[in-house]
Amino acid sequence: MLSRSALSRSILRTRLFSSSRPARSDALFVHRDTPYNNPKIAFEFTPENLKRAQEIISHYPPQYKKAAVIPLLDLGQRQNKGWTSISVMNYVANLLEMPPMRVYEVATFYTMFNREPIGEHFVQVCTTTPCMLRGSTEILDTVCGHLGGIKPGQTTKDGKFTVIEVECQGACSNAPMFVVGDDFYEDLTPQSTKKILDAFKKGEKPKPGPQSGRLTSENSAGLTALSSKPYGPGEFCLPEFQ
Amino acid sequence: MFKASSSSQTLLRASALSARIPRPYRAKLVARSLATVADPPVRRYGGLKDQDRIFTNAYCRHDHGIKGAMSRGDWHRTKDILLKGDNWIIQSIKDSGLRGRGGAGFPSGLKWSFMNKPGWEKDPRPRYLVVNADEGEPGTCKDREILRGDPHKLIEGCLVAGRAMNATAAYIYIRGEFYQEASHVQQAINEAYKAGFLGKDACGSGYSFDVYVHRGAGAYICGEETALIESIEGKQGKPRLKPPFPADVGLFGCPTTVANVETVAVAPTICRRGSKWFASFGRERNQGTKLFCISGHVNNPCVVEEEMSIPLKDLVEKHCGGVIGGWDNLLGIVPGGSSVPILPINKCAEVLMDFDSLKDAQSGLGTGAVIVMNKSTDVVKAIARFSHFYKHESCGQCTPCREGTTWMMNMMDRMVEGRGHVREIDMLLELTKQVEGRTICALGDAAAWPIQGLMRHFRPEVERRIAEFRAANGAVGFGGLLKKDADDTLALPDNLGLRLPEAEAASPALEQPRA
Amino acid sequence: MLRIVSSVSRPTSTGLLGKVAVTTHTPHNGRRSFSSTSSRGADITLTVDGKEVTVPQGSALIQACEAAGATIPRFCYHDRLAIAGNCRMCLVEVERSPKPVASCAMPAMPGSKVFTNTPLVHEAREGVMEFLLANHPLDCPICDQGGECDLQDQSMRYGSDRARFHEITGKRAVENKDLGPLVKTSMNRCIQCTRCVRFANEVAGVEELGTTGRGNDMQIGTYVAKTMDSELSGNVVDLCPVGALTSKPYAYHARPWELKNTESIDVMDAVGSNIRIDSRGVEVMRIQPKTNDDVNEEWISDKTRYAYDGLKFQRLTTPLIKRGDRFVSATWEDALAAIADGLAASGAKDDEIQGVVGHLTDAESIVALKDLINRLGSDNLALDQPGGNAAPVHGVEKADAILLIGTNPRHEAAVLNSRIRKSWLHTGLEVGLVGERADTTYGYDFIGEDAKALSNFIAGKGPFVEKFKNAKRPLIIVGSALAEHPDGKAMYNDLAKFVEKNKDKLVTPEWNGFSILQRVASRPAAYELGFPKFIYLLNADEVDPKSIPQDAFVVYQGHHGDLGAQLADVCLPGVAYTEKGVTWVNTEGRAQLGRAAVSSPGASREDWKIIRYVFSWPIYRWGPLPYDDILEVRDRLWDISPTLVRYDVTEPTSQEIAIAGLKTLATQTGGAKVAGTPLRNLSQTSTKLILYQERESVTMAQCTRAFVKGENYGFTAFA
Repeated sequence: MLSRSALSRSILRTRLFSSSRPARSDALFVHRDTPYNNPKIAFEFTPENLKRAQEIISHYPPQYKKAAVIPLLDLGQRQNKGWTSISVMNYVANLLEMPPMRVYEVATFYTMFNREPIGEHFVQVCTTTPCMLRGSTEILDTVCGHLGGIKPGQTTKDGKFTVIEVECQGACSNAPMFVVGDDFYEDLTPQSTKKILDAFKKGEKPKPGPQSGRLTSENSAGLTALSSKPYGPGEFCLPEFQ
Repeated sequence: MFKASSSSQTLLRASALSARIPRPYRAKLVARSLATVADPPVRRYGGLKDQDRIFTNAYCRHDHGIKGAMSRGDWHRTKDILLKGDNWIIQSIKDSGLRGRGGAGFPSGLKWSFMNKPGWEKDPRPRYLVVNADEGEPGTCKDREILRGDPHKLIEGCLVAGRAMNATAAYIYIRGEFYQEASHVQQAINEAYKAGFLGKDACGSGYSFDVYVHRGAGAYICGEETALIESIEGKQGKPRLKPPFPADVGLFGCPTTVANVETVAVAPTICRRGSKWFASFGRERNQGTKLFCISGHVNNPCVVEEEMSIPLKDLVEKHCGGVIGGWDNLLGIVPGGSSVPILPINKCAEVLMDFDSLKDAQSGLGTGAVIVMNKSTDVVKAIARFSHFYKHESCGQCTPCREGTTWMMNMMDRMVEGRGHVREIDMLLELTKQVEGRTICALGDAAAWPIQGLMRHFRPEVERRIAEFRAANGAVGFGGLLKKDADDTLALPDNLGLRLPEAEAASPALEQPRA
Repeated sequence: MLRIVSSVSRPTSTGLLGKVAVTTHTPHNGRRSFSSTSSRGADITLTVDGKEVTVPQGSALIQACEAAGATIPRFCYHDRLAIAGNCRMCLVEVERSPKPVASCAMPAMPGSKVFTNTPLVHEAREGVMEFLLANHPLDCPICDQGGECDLQDQSMRYGSDRARFHEITGKRAVENKDLGPLVKTSMNRCIQCTRCVRFANEVAGVEELGTTGRGNDMQIGTYVAKTMDSELSGNVVDLCPVGALTSKPYAYHARPWELKNTESIDVMDAVGSNIRIDSRGVEVMRIQPKTNDDVNEEWISDKTRYAYDGLKFQRLTTPLIKRGDRFVSATWEDALAAIADGLAASGAKDDEIQGVVGHLTDAESIVALKDLINRLGSDNLALDQPGGNAAPVHGVEKADAILLIGTNPRHEAAVLNSRIRKSWLHTGLEVGLVGERADTTYGYDFIGEDAKALSNFIAGKGPFVEKFKNAKRPLIIVGSALAEHPDGKAMYNDLAKFVEKNKDKLVTPEWNGFSILQRVASRPAAYELGFPKFIYLLNADEVDPKSIPQDAFVVYQGHHGDLGAQLADVCLPGVAYTEKGVTWVNTEGRAQLGRAAVSSPGASREDWKIIRYVFSWPIYRWGPLPYDDILEVRDRLWDISPTLVRYDVTEPTSQEIAIAGLKTLATQTGGAKVAGTPLRNLSQTSTKLILYQERESVTMAQCTRAFVKGENYGFTAFA
């Protein structure tokens, strides 16, 4: 007669690595005040950011200022070291004259708003099927192993790297890939992954893009398309547009 | 033995040749004999020449700025296109047979004409064109190349399409992850404004048009048109109910059309080079060229612009160096991004890459994202990963999607291990049917179709795993509870399938003694 | 299916069908009388299940199906809230549509054929039901909503007898949110229908509830730890179709099938909301709203809903006579004898006999008291607070500009405020405010804080003047705080003159634009000072103890042993509003009939009966009052004013009377000087105290602590 706890243990044993959801604290969609994240901590845009914010707001009709909430939260996140604290959300709500709850809704809906602090380098490894077919599992293991054996969702002890698994980043022909900050590092192999991480550890910024030497998503064995010089203006057009 | 005439010799040769060429799906049904009248030879698609390619800087080899763009033909006589007027532009698009390149394949000319319903002049509201550059579908990476390499084509396309729809402004919604792409587009917009191509009196035609970039923040559901509109409005990206349709009540309550990047970006070229030229590619009702993004187990995954209706096999072999391990090593291909059902190898050999042919094969063209899987793939795991994706990206508004994607994900995870009962396959299919068609937007359908595709073509594989797991661990009840872990002293539901006949008969050794 | 669709999501249009059934058609001679509804657009005809049905254009398909008699199950659709269309339970089959269609979201199109009973429809509904139950906890035995749960009812019809969801990963678990001492949350049960979110955003006007997260992890809540700070927050308990939001004070007390329902009228504020009193035996278990489109729609304020627990505490159940400094319980005969002795001993005659009427007094007892006092030779009948005039507040929803003076309707008449907000959301209503700045849940132009601001406005200077001038149906709502304010008289004077000057807009046969928002349930005429020797307090608890002379003989008649009882020499036990069937007149001047739900405790009697018998003691020469049963009292009411017995309708003041009243007001208040002190909404430290003021109710005390003082209210949840 097996007890309930043994049952749950057997489930955990047979569950695959990719199917268990890492229990990140930012999966919680409720805010809890902590010493580092509470409404009393002040936040406001720097003067340049405020200028940028006004420029962004001008893109939208004046009575729809709240349309700027996503770009402004992103701006606030960049200023706030890569994470959106409750103070950022309250500040943006105030700036756009909208109820804070509407900003909270937006900040929790979109995955790119990190509601918990992250490390200096935010490594996001794509593990969706096209990348999975090209070996993203191995890349993820390499990344985690090379950064001291952390698990996806965790930050290294020195606070330099946070690693998470993400959904499709839109670079499927260059799989496997990961994103560090805003830059895509594509066509990875375990060796190139380690090289990139080492460069970041040293404080350098390795060149983003495909690491296999090809340009963007062309055929790496030689161009099968666009191998000739592009045509010029008016060529091949209708007579009236030549 | 009679001597064959030259015409029948040609026919013989043609028929011998054609036996080797993979036939389009329909043509297989027609049996041909020597005595039939010579039809014109079956047209072969594919083999698009560089001069017919629209996105000449797709690999970002040349300058993507305004100088490079203009040297490649962008912004050439745009003023004249604008001066031709909205009806001419829409008629061009209609004649070209362009269908939406974002996945749905709705005829673009018809869609854009909805904005110009009779009486539209009396409506005082502003009108918007929204370009959907939220390329979130797994497998798809084509819009990225346009945004990076040919942003001016897109901007010019916005202007031309905007003119066709009599729009006041365009918003380009780029997914938040595409930082470099968004900066290229913003740079292109700034250059266009500086050169007078946008803004008040765009290109000197008297028509005023503004273009703005709006960056998203990581939500696949925002690729759905009404969710996109909600996201630009600064709310959560939850799709709206239709009706009212965006052409009546869209962005900020104003008439709006949402179009894919590729659809909009090809518009000026169609206008310049003529709709007949564009319609000369591809089969009837599936005309034009398309950017295909091939990923997965091919030797050289890439993005390539090809003619529509190119046979799938040709696409993979010619442009990507073939399947890793050879064509016979192929297991299956997902031809249109994760939302369409997978095709097994026998179908892949016959099918053409266009809307109708794939629809007939019970799949779909979608975004043209070809994901190739060879025999080394764990296909159940691949589809299960798609289910994870949909569960993560569901917005949570309507019940079938919110609950259904989670349930389907849990079941698929168990199917990967084989930790289930064969009857659960049918139950899973029933669940997919319960989600499909009952949701507010198409994400529910998109979540249901891969599983249906898997079971349609790879059911034996799933059943094999279930049998293997049962052989190793004993009978499994519904929901994944192992029979040997079932505690009889606790109240368990009757309908767990633990005491089904086949479950007991399969592993007598592991059966527990009856109390 | 491309159609041009009118704005379906406006609640006003969806409520039209309800109105169709009630109104009488008006003659089309151009003039519409005040009480009719506005004209509606064309009607369309469609076929539902083979039956033809005609509905107003712009109504949703679900309303057309209901009109045809087909029941459509739904969770997220509510006809007073915007359409969400996210539960997918209302799917029906429409001809020529490949997929089933959400009937709440689809506008009814003429000539369409709809089927609500086909196998496709049943499969769709069963599928949705299965999905809802997949993650729903098995809480029925411990869930308060059991017995009145939409999910239970619909799963009886569309659910399977056994679940197919046995995943070992388990069901979803969601944290419970703390929304305050009134609403208990058990968010595991939430089916994310978003009715509460839409209610909070639209009707209540507090944009604090929302949906955080995405997908299966979507949670309804306030994201940060915040209580639901709205005076209408209790209504989400009614709206929630499952047991996710339940009533905290009522938790685990009763099951709905044990309760007897009685329809009555609420007295906690002057709106006169229609309520349904649910009682079990002699105890009132809870108060639920009753739909009345004209008064309170479907909402009641929190005080109305939760103050009933005060009915159990500190009740007067026997007559009490003061001996020394204590009260001694006595029989009715002794008490009445004591009153007679007291009256004789005090030597009061004529106007030295005073009757004071307090809150919560019904029309019958007021008229009885008036008759009594008059028979004793006096004319000294007063309110327990300085009062103003009683121009009723009509037609709030028809106004297109509202000027609020010295009032915060949000706290004084919460449901009326929600009607103003509804009007503000959906029409071009403009609101201006003179008085204390406060969050009224809708935007307003702030004119000023004191009498000077008002006189500036009247002179035509400052904000809001243009909007008020251009309005076709302007409405002035004066708060009762004005009468207590030192500048009140001057402001009344200004207002009276202003209204007279603009009487072509403000006081017409069709529209009365000058009104006073009453705060308490019944109020007659003005306060008069005097030195009474015999005082009869009828439910009067706001009386200032200093104004009662030392040697006066005080009789208190009421149901709670509150402030008034302390001052009395004799206490007579009356009954509370749930225990008598009497007439209540609300701030609109609408007379409504309440009903007794439970029996009265102890030896208490109905108020008018007590007054009838107080001076029927044989030694007095006046004899008993001329009514022996309630109908005769109502005849007397009819004598005084027929509107008092014409129930459930409002009758507009005629133009002549209104103008005459204004003239009187002007002359009465003439010559007042302006001191210039700012208006504060009522002479209390916080208007919110009024919101939760009900001294005997424990729940209201918790509310005061939580919402007014912001303390951790210390209410332990039972779950």
